[in-house]
Amino acid sequence: MLQVSEISPKVIEKDLIYKEMGLTDAEYQHIKKVLNRRPNFTETGIFSVMWSEHCSYKTSKPLLKKFPTKAPHVLQGPGEGAGIIDIGDGQAAVFKIESHNHPSAVEPYQGAATGVGGIIRDVFSMGARPVALLNSLRFGSLASERVKYLFEEVVNGIAGYGNCVGVPTVGGEVQFDNCYEGNPLVNAMCVGLIDQKDIQKGIAAGNGNTVLYAGAPTGRDGIHGATFASEDLSEESESKRPSVQVGDPFMEKLLIEACLEAIHCESLVGMQDMGAAGLTSSASEMASKAGMGMEMDLDLVPQRELEMTPYELMLSESQERMLMVVKKGEEQEIIDVFQKYGLEAVAVGRVTDDKQFRLLHKGEVVTDIPVDSLAEDAPVYHKPSEEPAYFKAYQQVDYYPDGVHNYTETLKTLLQQPTIANKEWVYDQYDSMVQTNTVVMPGSDAAVIRVKGTDKALAITTDCNSRYIYLDPETGGKIAVAEAARNIVCSGGKPLALTDGLNFGNPDKPENFWQMEKSVDGMSAASLALNTPVISGNVSLYNETNGQAIFPTPVVGMVGLLDSLNHVTPSFFQKAGDAIYVIGEAKAEFGGSELQNVLENKYFGKAPAIDLELEMKRQTQLLEAIQDGTVVSAHDLAEGGLAVALAESCFAGQAGLDVSLEGDAVTELFSETQSRFLVSVSQENQRAFEQIVEDAIQIGVVTDDGQYRIRINGETRINQAAEDLKALWKGAIPCLLKSKA
Amino acid sequence: MKFAVIVFPGSNCDRDMYHAVKDSLGEEAELVWYENADLSGFDAILLPGGFSYGDYLRSGAIAATSTIVNQIKQKASEGTPVLGVCNGFQVLLESGLLPGAMLRNKKLKFMCRQEELVVENNQTQFTTSYGEKEAIILPIAHGEGNYYCDEGVLADLEANRQIVFRYADNPNGSVGDIAGIINKQGNVLGMMPHPERATEAVLGSADGLKLFESVVNHWREAYVAGV
Amino acid sequence: MKTVKIFITLKQGVLDPQGKAVQESLHKLGFPEVKGARVGKYMELQLDSQRDIDRQIEEMCSKLLANPVIEDYQYTIEEGAVQ
Repeated sequence: MLQVSEISPKVIEKDLIYKEMGLTDAEYQHIKKVLNRRPNFTETGIFSVMWSEHCSYKTSKPLLKKFPTKAPHVLQGPGEGAGIIDIGDGQAAVFKIESHNHPSAVEPYQGAATGVGGIIRDVFSMGARPVALLNSLRFGSLASERVKYLFEEVVNGIAGYGNCVGVPTVGGEVQFDNCYEGNPLVNAMCVGLIDQKDIQKGIAAGNGNTVLYAGAPTGRDGIHGATFASEDLSEESESKRPSVQVGDPFMEKLLIEACLEAIHCESLVGMQDMGAAGLTSSASEMASKAGMGMEMDLDLVPQRELEMTPYELMLSESQERMLMVVKKGEEQEIIDVFQKYGLEAVAVGRVTDDKQFRLLHKGEVVTDIPVDSLAEDAPVYHKPSEEPAYFKAYQQVDYYPDGVHNYTETLKTLLQQPTIANKEWVYDQYDSMVQTNTVVMPGSDAAVIRVKGTDKALAITTDCNSRYIYLDPETGGKIAVAEAARNIVCSGGKPLALTDGLNFGNPDKPENFWQMEKSVDGMSAASLALNTPVISGNVSLYNETNGQAIFPTPVVGMVGLLDSLNHVTPSFFQKAGDAIYVIGEAKAEFGGSELQNVLENKYFGKAPAIDLELEMKRQTQLLEAIQDGTVVSAHDLAEGGLAVALAESCFAGQAGLDVSLEGDAVTELFSETQSRFLVSVSQENQRAFEQIVEDAIQIGVVTDDGQYRIRINGETRINQAAEDLKALWKGAIPCLLKSKA
Repeated sequence: MKFAVIVFPGSNCDRDMYHAVKDSLGEEAELVWYENADLSGFDAILLPGGFSYGDYLRSGAIAATSTIVNQIKQKASEGTPVLGVCNGFQVLLESGLLPGAMLRNKKLKFMCRQEELVVENNQTQFTTSYGEKEAIILPIAHGEGNYYCDEGVLADLEANRQIVFRYADNPNGSVGDIAGIINKQGNVLGMMPHPERATEAVLGSADGLKLFESVVNHWREAYVAGV
Repeated sequence: MKTVKIFITLKQGVLDPQGKAVQESLHKLGFPEVKGARVGKYMELQLDSQRDIDRQIEEMCSKLLANPVIEDYQYTIEEGAVQ
C-alpha cells in the first residue's frame, strides 16, 4: 500500500498528485483559493471525489436544469436520495434509478450486486420500504464469449443481491448492440412505498446533534470509486480491480429493517446512504443541505482493516453503511434499534454551526474545509457542443429495406434477435414475487404491483431505445419518455413521473456533449407534454471503450398509478373471438429499426418521427377505454413493429390470430412508427371502444386454432403455427449462450 | 387460532406469511423475533422463507443452531403444527426435525416461477382440504431446493406416506420429485414451494390457501370441537 | 495459537452439480484429461485452545460446519496464526 498520508501539500502541488486523483489544474487552484492554503492529501482526495461528475454533476448540471421537475403530485424532486410522488390516501411512491456501469465492466457480479444494493439504500434512506426493483441492461453481441460472461454474471449478481434482500425484481429490459461490447450498462431502479408522514431527509440539522455511523465497518473497498466511474474504461482499468466493492445483501436486509424501525424514533433528525464517495459525500451533503457544519473523529469510525488512513476512511466505498443525525443525548434509542439487528451504530461526530467540514484523526485536525465548497459550490462547466457530421448526413437518408423477400423468414429472424427474444432466461433467476404484491410479472409491457390494504396498484417500467437516440438524440429522447408512458398506459396505469438514468460517452468531446444536450431537450419536451416530471436520476459519463462511445442511452424509469386493480390489463391476447385493433397507422420508418439491424448490421438514416400531441391524445384515449372496461389486452408497438407485437400477443396462451392489412407489406409488418398500440377487445365492447379511441382500426380477430395468419391486400403472407414461432422466440437467448464463438 | 411467524435475521417472507394468515385466512398471527421469544401461547409455528444469515455456510444451517429451535422442537414434540417453507424447510432439515438435506438446484441457477405440484398425501393435517392427487399451482423461488436423502430414507418416506407434495415436472433435481415432506408424527411439514404466495387469485394462484385452511380445520376439530 | 484448515466436500455418491459444471467447462477449455471434479468449501479457524483440539474440531464440524447428511470433512492443524 502506498504510504499516501505522507505526501505533503507541497509535493501534491509540485508533482501534480491532484491530477492523478482526477482534479484539473484550474480546480486545484480554485481549492487553494477556497482554503487560502494548499490542501493536504486527505483534503485533496475529498475535493477530487466531491468534484467528480458522479457526485457534483459538474458537466451535466446545466442540462439537468432543463428537466421539468414540478407538479402538484411531486412531493420531492431531484436532490435527495430519491424522488417522491403522491399516490393518494396519504401514501407516496419513492423511486430512483442508478447506474453501475464501470464496476460491472470490471467485475460484473459484484458490480451489478452493489448497484442493486446502492439503489435500495437510496430508497429506504428516505424512510420508504423498497417494494420493487427493475434493471435496464445493455450488452454487446452475444456472439462474444466476454459478453456472454458479462451478461451471465450481471444477471447472477442482480439475482444474488435482490433475491437475498427480499425485494422483488419485477421488470426491466435487456438490449444488445455492438457499441456496448466493452462497456455494458447496468442501471438499477428501486421503488419504495411510504406513508407521507414518515418521509425522511438527508439533513444534518441542529447544532450539537450527534452524527451516528451505522452498518458495516469500513474497509479499503472501492477507494476512488467515484472518480473511477468518471473515467473512460481502458485496458488499464482491468488492473484497477481493487476499486470494486463487495456487497453483503444479508447486512443490507438487516440495515433495511433497522432503518425502517429507526424512522419511527423521535430522536432521528436525518439519514443518508453512504454511496459513491462514502463517508465524504454523505456527511458533507447532509451538513451542506442543512446549512450547517460537521465535525467527525475518524478514530471512532468502525474499521474492518488495520491502520487505515484518514484518506482511506473518507474515500472508502464499503457497502451497506448509513449515516444518521440524531438529537443529542437521545442516541441510545437508535443504537438499541440497530443492536437488535446485530448492527453497529456508533457516534462519530457532531453537527456544528460554523459550516466547516472538520475531521480529526489521532488528535489532529486532518481536514478543515468550508462544507459548501464541496457540495453546493462545486464547479459547473458549460462544455462546448457540436452537431456531429453523421447526424447531418443521416437526415438526408431515406432508408427503405429492400432486402425482405420472405415475410415469414424475416419475422422468424426478428423474433430471434436477442433484443426482441424472450427474456425468461433472465427473469426466471429473479425472485419476482416476494412481498406478495406482484400482479403483473416480468415479461409484460410494465410490471404491476398492488398496494396492500388499498385497491390501488403501481405500474413500473424502464425504457430506452438508444438506436433512435444515436440517429437523432432529440427525437429519440422524446421517444424514450413516450415509450415508457405507453407501457404504463397499456398496463392500465396513469403515468405520473420518471427517473432518468443518463448514460453517455466522454462529455469533453463536443459531439458527445451535443448528444447529451439534444436528448435532454427531447426528454424534457416529452415529460412536459405527457405530464411526467423528472423527480430523480443519475448521470454516468465516460462510457467509452478505447475511445469509442456507447450510443447515448438515457434510460427512463417511469411509475404510474392504477386507481383500481380492475384496470390491470395484460399485454397479451386472452380470448378467441376478441377483435384485434391497431391504434395508429404505419409509415415507412425504418431508421434504427430492428429490421435495419438484421438486414444491414448497422443503424443509419432518420429515427422515426414523433408527435407528442398525438401521443398524448392516443394514450389518454386508450387509458380511458381501459378504465371503462372495454379493453381486454393492450401492447405497445416497439422493436420489430406490428408483426412482432402480434406474435408476442399470441405467446401467453394458445391463441392464434387472423389479421388482414392493406398497404405496403414491409411497412405494415415491420415499420417502427411511433405512438402505436395493439389492442384486443371483446365483441360486445367494440362499439364503446371505437367511440373512445379515435385512431383505432380493426385488423382482425383472435382465434383458437393456434395459427398466426396474416393477409396483406387480400393475399396470405404469413401462415405459421404460433407454437413454432414461440419456440424460436423463447429458445433464442439460451441457444446463443450455449453456442461457442 | 394463533400462528407464530418466526423471524430470523435475513428471513424475507415473514411478512408475506403474516399477511397470508392474517388477511387471506383471517386468523391471528404474530411476527416473533428469534431472540428472547416465548412460543407458549401459539397454536401453530410458521418458519418463513428468505435467506436466514444470508444463507452463509449452508442454507438454514446457522438459524438451525439458534435457541428458538429448541423451543420449536419442544412444541413439535407436543404436537403443535410446524410449517417450514423454502428457507424454513431448510432450517427444519438442518435442525433434524425432518430427514434429508438440500443441495443446489441441478442447473445451478436460482429459479422463480409457478410450478405444478401433485398433492401426494391429502390425509395430513396440512392437506385435508385438497383432493387426492389434486394438481395445484404454487410458486417456487429458490437456488437450493434440490432435496436429497439416501435410498433408505427415501424408502421410509414412501412407506410412511411422508411425501406430501411432488413436482409434476421436477425443476431442481430433487430425489423422487419431492417438493414437500412431513415427519412421521404428521405435524411438521417442510416444503420448497410457497403456499403463502398463492392465497389470492390476483397474484396468479390461490391454491396455497387450502393448506392453511386445512391446518385451521384440524385445529378446530381437535381443540374447539363442540364450541 | 493454532490454525485449523478445514476442507468440506460433498460425500461420494451425492450429485455435485457445481463439480459437473466445472468439469464440463474444463473440457470445453481443452482439458479433456479432467476425469472428475468435486467442488467443496475451505475454512480457516484461528484457535487458542489448550483442550483436546481434535475433539473440539470434530464437534464443530458435525454440529455446524458440515452437514453429515451430504458432506464429509477433513482438517489439518498448524501452529501459529495465519493473517
